[in-house]
Amino acid sequence: MITDTISHLKKEYDVVVVGGGPAGMAAALGARQAGANRILIADREKEAGGILLQCIHPGFGLQHFKEELTGPEYAQRFLEQVLETDIDIVSDAYILDISADKQVKLMSGSQGVHVLSTKAAVLAMGARERTRGAIRTPGTRASGVLTAGLAQKFVNMIGYLPGYRAVILGSGDIGLIMARRLTLEGVEVAGVFEIMPHANGLNRNIVQCLHDFDIPLHLSTTVADIHGTDRVEKVTVAPVDENFTPNLDKSWDIPCDTLLLSIGLIPENELSRQLKLQIDPVTSGPVVNSMMETSMDGVFACGNVVHIHDLVDFVSQEAFLAGSNAGAYVTEQRPPGDNIRLVPGENVRYCVPHTISTDREHTVYMRVKRPMEESVLRLGDVYEKKLRFVLPAEMVNLKVRPRFLENFHGDTLRVDVVPCED
Amino acid sequence: MVYDVAIIGGGVIGCTIARELMRYPIRAVLLEKESEVGFGTSKANSGIIHGGHHGSPKTLKGKLEWLGNQMWDTICDELGFGFKRIGELTVALTEDQLPTLDQLKQQGEEKGVPGLEMWDQERLLREEPRLNPDAIAGLYAPTTGVINPYEACFALIENACLNGLELVTDSLVQDIDQTDDIWTIKTNRGEFPTRFIINAAGLWADRIAQMAGVQPFTIRPRKGEEYILDKRLMGLVKRVIFPCPTPVSKGILVIPTYDGTIMVGPTAEMTDDKEDLTTSVAGGQTVFQMVRQVVPGISPRDCIAEFAGLRAVTETEDFIIGSTDKKGFINVAGIQSPGLTAAPAIAEMVGDILRDEGLPLQPKDDFVPSIPKPIHFVSLSTDEQIALTQKNPHYGRIVCRCELITEGEILDSIHRGARTLDGIKFRSRAGMGRCQGGFCTGRCMELLSQELDQPLSQITKRGGDTWIVREREEVAK
Repeated sequence: MITDTISHLKKEYDVVVVGGGPAGMAAALGARQAGANRILIADREKEAGGILLQCIHPGFGLQHFKEELTGPEYAQRFLEQVLETDIDIVSDAYILDISADKQVKLMSGSQGVHVLSTKAAVLAMGARERTRGAIRTPGTRASGVLTAGLAQKFVNMIGYLPGYRAVILGSGDIGLIMARRLTLEGVEVAGVFEIMPHANGLNRNIVQCLHDFDIPLHLSTTVADIHGTDRVEKVTVAPVDENFTPNLDKSWDIPCDTLLLSIGLIPENELSRQLKLQIDPVTSGPVVNSMMETSMDGVFACGNVVHIHDLVDFVSQEAFLAGSNAGAYVTEQRPPGDNIRLVPGENVRYCVPHTISTDREHTVYMRVKRPMEESVLRLGDVYEKKLRFVLPAEMVNLKVRPRFLENFHGDTLRVDVVPCED
Repeated sequence: MVYDVAIIGGGVIGCTIARELMRYPIRAVLLEKESEVGFGTSKANSGIIHGGHHGSPKTLKGKLEWLGNQMWDTICDELGFGFKRIGELTVALTEDQLPTLDQLKQQGEEKGVPGLEMWDQERLLREEPRLNPDAIAGLYAPTTGVINPYEACFALIENACLNGLELVTDSLVQDIDQTDDIWTIKTNRGEFPTRFIINAAGLWADRIAQMAGVQPFTIRPRKGEEYILDKRLMGLVKRVIFPCPTPVSKGILVIPTYDGTIMVGPTAEMTDDKEDLTTSVAGGQTVFQMVRQVVPGISPRDCIAEFAGLRAVTETEDFIIGSTDKKGFINVAGIQSPGLTAAPAIAEMVGDILRDEGLPLQPKDDFVPSIPKPIHFVSLSTDEQIALTQKNPHYGRIVCRCELITEGEILDSIHRGARTLDGIKFRSRAGMGRCQGGFCTGRCMELLSQELDQPLSQITKRGGDTWIVREREEVAK
């Protein structure tokens, strides 16, 4: 059932899922399959689907559905699966708080504040974009500096364009997608500038969104200044040295009225912080065990709220797992706890989950710090796997099987990605 | 119809004067060149109500600082905006800074500032454990407080308008003439005849004085960059932290703003451009480098936003307040720090000057001292929230996720005079959090468009040419 009417909801749920994007929907389905009966998805927008609804480009679902879908199509497939069950979706509803005894404070856009109770909760609030303040780009306070995702919303959802001539700072996927989208809409895109020596988006997006449209990508180059009193009039771009300091002697100006920022995402963790969950400073998301359970008993988390994924397919997979474990929690079939802590080592920024068990199979997601051609992924000295080519922009995932750990007796396992020796 | 008083400039000074004068039965107008009041220097102010001890009693600003400080409690009570006397600490890191602290304490005591205390290292670090552990002493002043300066402007002008002030925004003064004791102010929005002019034009006060042909002076801008840190650092310090001042500057401060967000700054750089609100790499480096000497845990990585403001500085560095060689033209110029603190005292002083100049000011009976207090949804109790959302469902829809601001609060901002995205942001805090409007900008624009009956393409960030979006058809051309 999908509703925006609070009186249609139950007073008590087994599992409340916070967020109706791809993570939330997969988590609810996971909980249902694990035997939870009363499941509620609370979504703050008028329609479930999350940020996928503004991603009208194709490229979703190749892993999960083995076919190429647009964002809204991918969301629709999950929504249909949810609607085939008796899972409740409440739209236009915001979860303000979850208390220690699992009282959920829910605010409806049309009917005000209500309190429900639940046995377990799954956090699936997604992520938000980093802004100019985070990178402290110098210059004026001109209008026309906005995140790529906001521009995407203006263009795809509201039906307006952000300007006439744009420069894009950062080569994150949304920026690459928007370079193509704006070009198709008749906005001139002067170029994409990336401070790192490598692109931050998926390789396929570099090819399909930039190369195919002759949009230049300038690596190791950044926006060093923004000009214009009222509206952006031009930006100064400059190559950077090894400390990422712009070399202003080699800078040049680009006339434009719009500067799009695609400089990364950060998990949206207002609620997690309010619940005082333990947060990993590297991912900025909650610390989770192999059941995707946070430091608060019965509160699970999945998707971009835990760590930033590159493909929605992996979000669905991770969220299904989180949901199943929330289901197992309420049906009291929770497996025994973890006994190994994963520690990011050489060229590994983080691993999710943060702990695993020697008894079960796990998928461990990680990101590397820098690109490496031929490399080896090592789990302590118990297991190693050759990797072709690793990039910070592309998540590495590893199936960890119980047999890898048969002869391991410690409680921490270091994860390294090192150059291949032969 | 001739106005009794025309105030040029709607910064905190113009707004405070306007509100003060509306206690009396006069006909007054305030002319502001920006789309809303407080959009110039005031919105970039640090928001500190200074303790009263910093300025020398030999200067006008030093005298008005302590007088003004004592007047803010009443104003905030009446107008319902936030004010907290959180206190301040001026911190000495080396032995040779101790005499400066002693001197400040003595100066404050001579001015009658109560409660000044010298704290030793042990007390200092117990009260503010995040300070540099090498700090040796600190001067504590309980009289220092914080407000949001833009909130003060909005509340003051709303109350002034309620009591009969005419506010004309987007009106740029182009010329000023005087004929037979009547001044005529020519603007892009028409002519305003008046008996008295209050020149509260901030950075442009010298230009206004020049138009009026009174004795000239020069205002030079001194830029200050400020950096705002993520809300999760709330509570890092409890009081405003000053380094030991030098003869040239109060230094870089750590300011827990009224909302609890930590702000660091400001720099102090002279500039020749009265519109130069750029932030710079050098400015950011100075701020973080200096501030880390006093609070080492602060990192540029925690920055969520930065901005710059321009102080209006005269040759003497003191305020210029008073009548001029032409009857009816009164300067209130060069109001730099502690101008915000002094503002209520300045407003009273302007009232006295007007009386001396022959404008009889008798309090009117129907002066309304207050305005309805804005609702801040997230600080209500659950029961209050339930009751409110049942009465007005707009309060049930969160628009700004970072600051948890509801549609009801945004609509209220518009009904109280917000005309731009910045106007909404400064009134309601929507868009002020860590995503800096990434999620709520679209909805705020739609609400403005709906309430003002304007297309989205005419909605601006802060008026003028600060448009946000363009129509598809327009770009296609």
